[in-house]
Amino acid sequence: MASIARRLLILATALAGAALSAPAAAQNEQFIPILSYRTGPYAVNGAPYANGVVDYYNLINERDGGINGVKIMIEECETGYATDKGVECYERLKSKGPTGAAFINPLSTGITFALTEKTAADKIPIITMGYGRADSKNGAVFAYNFPLLGTYWSAADIAIQHVAKELGGFDKLKGKKISLLYHDSPYGKEPIPMLQVLAQKYGFEFTPIPVTHPGVEQKSQWLAIRQHRPDYVLVWGWGVMNSTAIKEAAAVAYPRDKMIGVWWSGAEPDVTPAGDQASGYKSLMLQHGAGKFPAHADIEKYVYAKGKGSTEPGKIGEVLYNRGITNAMLGVEAIRKAQEKFGKQPLTGEQVRWGLENLILTDARIKELGFEGMLKPVSISCSDHEGARYGRVQQWDGKGWKVISDWYTADESLIEPLVADVSAKYAAEKKIKPRDCAKET
Amino acid sequence: MLYREAGQFKATYAEDMAIFPIRQDRIALAVLLGIAFIGVPLLATFRIWPFGTDYLLWAILLPFLILALAAIGTNILVGYCGQISLGSGAFMAIGAYSAYKLATGVHIPLAWLGFAIAIPPLPVLASILLGGFMAAGAGILFGIPSLRIKGLYLAVATLAAQFFFDWAFLRIPWFTNYAPSGSVNAPELDFFGMVVRSPVERYLLCLLFVTVMAVLAKNLVRGNLGRQWMAIRDMDIAAELIGIRPLYAKLTAFAVSSFIIGVAGALWAFVYLGSWEPLAFSIDRSLELLFMVIIGGLGSIMGSFIGAAFILIVPIMLNVIPTKLGLPLSTQTITHLQFIIFGSLICYLLIKEPHGFARLISIGKEKLRLWPFPY
Repeated sequence: MASIARRLLILATALAGAALSAPAAAQNEQFIPILSYRTGPYAVNGAPYANGVVDYYNLINERDGGINGVKIMIEECETGYATDKGVECYERLKSKGPTGAAFINPLSTGITFALTEKTAADKIPIITMGYGRADSKNGAVFAYNFPLLGTYWSAADIAIQHVAKELGGFDKLKGKKISLLYHDSPYGKEPIPMLQVLAQKYGFEFTPIPVTHPGVEQKSQWLAIRQHRPDYVLVWGWGVMNSTAIKEAAAVAYPRDKMIGVWWSGAEPDVTPAGDQASGYKSLMLQHGAGKFPAHADIEKYVYAKGKGSTEPGKIGEVLYNRGITNAMLGVEAIRKAQEKFGKQPLTGEQVRWGLENLILTDARIKELGFEGMLKPVSISCSDHEGARYGRVQQWDGKGWKVISDWYTADESLIEPLVADVSAKYAAEKKIKPRDCAKET
Repeated sequence: MLYREAGQFKATYAEDMAIFPIRQDRIALAVLLGIAFIGVPLLATFRIWPFGTDYLLWAILLPFLILALAAIGTNILVGYCGQISLGSGAFMAIGAYSAYKLATGVHIPLAWLGFAIAIPPLPVLASILLGGFMAAGAGILFGIPSLRIKGLYLAVATLAAQFFFDWAFLRIPWFTNYAPSGSVNAPELDFFGMVVRSPVERYLLCLLFVTVMAVLAKNLVRGNLGRQWMAIRDMDIAAELIGIRPLYAKLTAFAVSSFIIGVAGALWAFVYLGSWEPLAFSIDRSLELLFMVIIGGLGSIMGSFIGAAFILIVPIMLNVIPTKLGLPLSTQTITHLQFIIFGSLICYLLIKEPHGFARLISIGKEKLRLWPFPY
């Protein structure tokens, strides 16, 4: 009896000690939550991205001592690409730190849909770089959503521009067949309205082909593609769906160089499982590609040399790693911009939102940050939360990604009416009064 | 010593047949309801620990209440009537999407008859309850196989319902009002002029629904219908022989269970998620509800609550504790550990007490009656 009581007493003391010894919230730190997924069918792509994000924040802390002296405090939360876990992670982390979360980056269009209302109510900006709601480009309605660098409607337009270039002109698109192999989720369905608009304008036949989550079962879809014989297949997949698509395409002998993946379907974990069969596969680039740039040299020097890296040194410079550091960089620059107005201290989400909305990155600044060659200038404003809509196309040659095109710019004349229409519907449904961008800037 | 019924005499039939005959039970229930209805909102409004942030309300109490309601519905079908059902997620989805369509206005053009069925947008309360009725209708439809097949085979038939509705809500754009992304937004929760928006208001709304429906369910299972269900569960051929109509009993079990699950689904979508896609009601949700009922205790309303608490909260606790203790584990390791520990816990519990937590509690009550004496 006595020994059990003693053991319980020791255990209780240990737990109490652990609870008390938890570090008191440092007052001069900016908290940034990281919603990531390192387990589940999407972890192959989610993990390198999260590694990039963590490495960049560590770089800012190690090399610069934080953002103007305000160190970054991070905490990761596992979402598994599931909407309910994403919402739970958001609720758990949104009030941490002296001023709450600076911004949220869920890396999932499904979680973005679920969080759009909540983040607006909690006044925390949600950065959906290269994904999310395409209509959230309209900052007048979506004050807290920032689909930076490109939405899926821009991606759809750039993909069709490249197809037209390969065929020899937009007039050659008439009568051609283009299929979209998409992940059956809000992520995959998002480009469909834009592709339907483009199909109507240029006269090509558009066929959407859904693939059920998680995407390992694609045999029937590819048999249908073999029967239908489209000229191009656009791949809008994520996680294991990407590599499965390439393997199944090889199985039905569909030419891989007629497959163009969106920028989330063009990374090393997608092509390496298929081995030689992936050679020739193309994908869009969210401005940057693979490769090492001055920023990577800094990361290797200040983070990996000190043993604080989050992945193997050989994986620095991969496509999704680069995307992670780009996303982190944009967030940090937004905080820096907001500190210009609100002081060099930990900021609230509302203040960081101002920073995001007024963020302008020039060529010179991009070179200073070490991202020259990866990004073009970004200019975010109230009416344009996208900031930039450039893209290129890269091709896998079995060993690496080669850029095979010039810079494309998405055609705003086609995208703007659709954005205005859909965001107006959202504003009416949610009874949001659109802000007057002319007054605010 | 504390739990004795000595001195508590029942003078009327009503007292004798009360749901909680022991005074201590009634006091405990009153305290629990007091905490739930008054204590929690007060603490949350004044931001007193542990309601300093919205986290406990939004992420723990709100899903707990709604899933407990769905577990009550599942328990009625699986625990009281003995019909194994793997389609609970689909019925939640039917409740959610029917409520959504009714709240945003239904327009079905019947070209061959020349006119259209047009229902204007209904108030939210009406849409939630009518969503439950739609789910009840679907429950009756997919419960008809139960008249011929039993046990695991019926489970497969209800699994068919699950996958059919998964497909229907994904592929038939009418259900999502032709939204391009397939994701729908809940309408504003306007109950008789009061708009429910803050976490405390949502919590109270769900608490009200859960309390009312739990009381109704408890009374139903103690009455004639409940006894018919339990007779069917225990030995359906003998039940038929003594005059219980299997069609009536089984289909009412499906109907009542699906109604409660449908209302829970509508609440899950409208009050908790706010914006959802069909994956929110997938086969994982059905299995989760089944596990809640099995772990909590088949054939017990209280067991539904405990099962819901266990299945919902233990994984979250397992995810949060390593970070709180300051252990340097990656999120990957924590998630994998959570799966291992949670699975082992379930195995251990089912070996120790196959009848679930409800049985453990009733054994506890028995022992408490004698405490501090051993017999």
